[in-house]
Amino acid sequence: MAWMNDLPTTNPLRHPDQFDVIVIGGGHAGCEAALAAARLGASTLLLTQSIDTIGQMSCNPAIGGIGKSHLVREIDALGGMMGRATDQAGIQFRVLNARKGPAVRATRAQADRVLYRNAARGFIEAQPNLQVFQQSVVDLEVKNESVTGVVTQMGLVFSAPAVVLTTGTFLGGKIHIGLEKHQGGRAGDAPSNALADRLRALPLNVGRLKTGTPPRIDARSVDFSVMQEQPGDEPRPTMSKFSNADDHPTQVPCHITYTNKNTHQHISDGLDRSPLYSGKIEGTGPRYCPSIEDKVVRFADRDEHQIFVEPEGLTANELYPNGISTSLPFDVQMKFVRSIKGFEKAHITRPGYAIEYDYFDPQDLHYSLETKVIGGLFFAGQINGTTGYEEAAAQGLLAGTNAALKVDGQSVWCPRRDEAYIGVLVDDLINLGTNEPYRMFTSRAEYRLRLREDNADLRLTPQGFKLGLVTSQQHEQFLQERAAVDETTRLLESTRVNPDTEQAKTLEAASGERVSKSQTAAEFLKRPKVSARALSSLVPPSDLGADLDSRALEQAGIEIKYAGYIKRQDDEIARVKRHESIRLPERIDYASIEGLSNELREKLEDTRPASLARAARVPGITPAALSLLMVHAKKLGDQHQA
Amino acid sequence: MSSPTTPQSLDTDTIVAIASAPGRGGVGVVRLSGPSALHIARTLCGKTEPLESRAAVFCSFRTPAGEALDSGLCLCFPGPASFTGEDVAELQGHGSPVVLDRIVQAAIAAGARIARPGEFSERAYLNGKMDLVQAEAVADLINAASAESAQAAVRSLQGDFSALMNQLSADLVALRVQVEAAIDFPDEDIELLSAPGVTSALADLITAVGRIVERTRSGVRLTEGARVVLVGAPNVGKSSVLNSLCGEDRAIVTPVAGTTRDLVREQVLLEGIPVELVDTAGMRETSDLIEAEGVRRAQTAAQDADLIVAVHDLSAPETLEFLSQWLLSERSVQPAQFAATPALVIVANKLDCQDASAAGYSSESSSHGIASSKAMDKLALTYSSSTLRVSAKTGEGMQQLTEHLVGLLNGSSMAAGEGISGTDVFSARSRHLHALKECLAGLMEAQAGIQSQLGAELVAEHLRHAQAELGSVCGEVTTDELLGEIFGSFCIGK
Repeated sequence: MAWMNDLPTTNPLRHPDQFDVIVIGGGHAGCEAALAAARLGASTLLLTQSIDTIGQMSCNPAIGGIGKSHLVREIDALGGMMGRATDQAGIQFRVLNARKGPAVRATRAQADRVLYRNAARGFIEAQPNLQVFQQSVVDLEVKNESVTGVVTQMGLVFSAPAVVLTTGTFLGGKIHIGLEKHQGGRAGDAPSNALADRLRALPLNVGRLKTGTPPRIDARSVDFSVMQEQPGDEPRPTMSKFSNADDHPTQVPCHITYTNKNTHQHISDGLDRSPLYSGKIEGTGPRYCPSIEDKVVRFADRDEHQIFVEPEGLTANELYPNGISTSLPFDVQMKFVRSIKGFEKAHITRPGYAIEYDYFDPQDLHYSLETKVIGGLFFAGQINGTTGYEEAAAQGLLAGTNAALKVDGQSVWCPRRDEAYIGVLVDDLINLGTNEPYRMFTSRAEYRLRLREDNADLRLTPQGFKLGLVTSQQHEQFLQERAAVDETTRLLESTRVNPDTEQAKTLEAASGERVSKSQTAAEFLKRPKVSARALSSLVPPSDLGADLDSRALEQAGIEIKYAGYIKRQDDEIARVKRHESIRLPERIDYASIEGLSNELREKLEDTRPASLARAARVPGITPAALSLLMVHAKKLGDQHQA
Repeated sequence: MSSPTTPQSLDTDTIVAIASAPGRGGVGVVRLSGPSALHIARTLCGKTEPLESRAAVFCSFRTPAGEALDSGLCLCFPGPASFTGEDVAELQGHGSPVVLDRIVQAAIAAGARIARPGEFSERAYLNGKMDLVQAEAVADLINAASAESAQAAVRSLQGDFSALMNQLSADLVALRVQVEAAIDFPDEDIELLSAPGVTSALADLITAVGRIVERTRSGVRLTEGARVVLVGAPNVGKSSVLNSLCGEDRAIVTPVAGTTRDLVREQVLLEGIPVELVDTAGMRETSDLIEAEGVRRAQTAAQDADLIVAVHDLSAPETLEFLSQWLLSERSVQPAQFAATPALVIVANKLDCQDASAAGYSSESSSHGIASSKAMDKLALTYSSSTLRVSAKTGEGMQQLTEHLVGLLNGSSMAAGEGISGTDVFSARSRHLHALKECLAGLMEAQAGIQSQLGAELVAEHLRHAQAELGSVCGEVTTDELLGEIFGSFCIGK
């Protein structure tokens, strides 16, 4: 590969320290990657363009939400910082889907940008084995198709056998406001063009994606009295198992307002100068997070669209009007913003913009997030085609962990779809690739009922402890909570409730359901309308405190209510595991397999699933088709041996 | 070739199927393979202790509930020294397909599932019990059997099965889009679970799937190998032939033309082969609305037949002319989805009639009779049909007709290649029906869930299950497709 020999030779200065893992980028993926590698004992270097923007929230000032908070809990259960940092910076906390059932219940927090950045920097600086250096990276040093180090802007070379690249939207970043465009990593920051050019020379498939932000607004120019106030929830949830609500700073409300017909008219009038609709933007934007001009065009029958007016922080006057991301020209932005109720006199502090950036086809990655073409080079975050802080952080944690494991000569760790949303995320990316920024949703997880916020620790903390990601203190806390849950479960399963007893009357009063026959408390709890809390009279207080007791009761209740469903899924998971072990050879010729529909054949040719389990997730697949694939796979193997 | 130490297969469930050829035979075999095969066999044999390996043990077969089914031999072959390499059990009973089917159903009740086409061979191959040359045959077998099953399913479930299934799947996706969107986008104003749109869409789906399941059941096309349809001009005695074949008076037989307005269906065993006999309304142009409907159904039934028995009246030459006309139009418009044209038997009825004797069938003296006979033979030649002369009234020739039909049914047991038997077709139908029933159960649980205020995520889980069951027949719907539908249907996102 010609590009490898083409290193800058002027002033080659090699840093005297040898590192195990170098992480490029100090965003959410970079922070978790660097922290994870360092927790595993790897000597780690975090290289960032600016130490001051470590942990910067460059888009909306919020962490969590449906599917996303599930990722945060998993990061937390593996000793990551995101949950704890959110608790230190969160200024409004809500539980979404509170009435819909524990599997899809999600925590969402508004975060103060400054507090979040401070928290992140605090975690980085407190972490042993982790060094930080401020300098832009312009090149990778590669020998024998393995990475050996990186070269910075000033020609400084850092050596390490593993490099985690987490450069977000900075690779080839291009910012659009109306028909104006300029290069940038995000508003106010330079892009990493030198590195982008170097990476484009790698034999990796590169694509362009697009994302956008709304104009920011000065809170002093907004009339909140005409908007609907949205306070946080009480009691206030925490994002981390290791925090409590006392860690939270001052809480403030959000507000809700709406666009109207006038707003939509202004937007329609400006469409001819929209980079999106005049073809200036080639990257694909996310369908679930469309710009306001996209919403107006695609859903023309809607008279209004909701806007969540989110504070940027306790010490900032800026507001983030979530729901009106736009790349329309600034004059159009002014007009349509001022047509919105409460924003009549709004002063825009920063214009909205769209940003296009490079991403690499995640199908070129191993499950460990190591690239297939360069040994020791790992990719995490938006560079892999995802969007969102949480998705980035989860990949960062995984990439950092696997980089450290690889350097240490250990086998890598790749959680499965039935174990973690992190597993779903990576599996989706690698199996299907993506052609729009990938965001997590609970509906992406077929085993959603077991991948819950509440049991993230049960699913991942033992593994995290084994790997060295989780401290023994965190592990102890987990074991103690687990013991409390198990004890509560045992109690509910063994306590028999008889009709017309005092005990039954207490339960009936608490639940509103009649105890009609003699049954265990667990059986009574399986009724849809009975909540675990209604059974609190049956569980004597322990010496662990009321807080832990009620958490244990809730957890035990969820497990009892879901038991039947989980059992059914277990069979499905066992089957998938077996299918996973059946590899489909690269050289399989799908066109020659009789009995597959043409449509299926094309899809299989396209995706070339590595295992039967992955073939089973190709749209339109049937059991008969899987049988054919399996027999052909074995035939190829046998021929190979013969 | 390598022989894996542990059985490797697509599923580790225990599978069951009828392993003997369909039709009249002294012994019928039901085969089980998989980890629970020996346990299930023990249950069906009513034994508490393990059965002796590799030995024929005489048992009486019972359902798990204890109901007696049959008696026969049970043979157990613990893996890996067995046909499939897994634990295998064989129950050898009497040959009747109906009894064998009941044994299969009992095995399912005891925890087995119906085997996919070629699955025993597939498992044998994957467990190193077959060489590469045999493996080629296995792939062909699965392929051929799948194609066969698809055709069987089309026939057994009537109409364009796959279009129907795809429609159901699309309707279910639309419903799940509502539910999933409500879960994943709680801040958007998306219809809630209990909204009338969702509940009525769910009720419609339940009705639609329920109707197919019901229709399949009432058609009783599961235990039969073939559908035999009787056609002919009015009053040629189709109903009498049917009754004579059935041995009981089921169809209304009167001397008035056009009595059988609707289809009369009868399940019978002809020499051990389960057959559905369908009597159709006499086919003729009619101004009677009800009868016109009957005629239309008769034509549809004929198109859906495995075997057509075309009946005419020896004493009425115009009824033969009628058949000739009908066959001309019928055979020129064969529906494309049927690869094979149903076999045809031309039956001359009313051999007992005076007119028939006079027409020369008893004695070959009459020139008119010879002409008629020649016309029938010509017709038979044109359509590669056979001809038989019977009297449904006296029973003369009926035994020959029965034997002839059995011969045809055995010969055309849909064997498209070696190793494929009617039982694969049977199991394909059974699997499809099973999938539909499971789908229906999932839908009904979702409905009950909504009524009892079950959590949305659990309602969604029931719907996911229902979709997966449909997917086993008409292909998976992935979460990504579902999300695509959500983004297309709702204005999502802040």
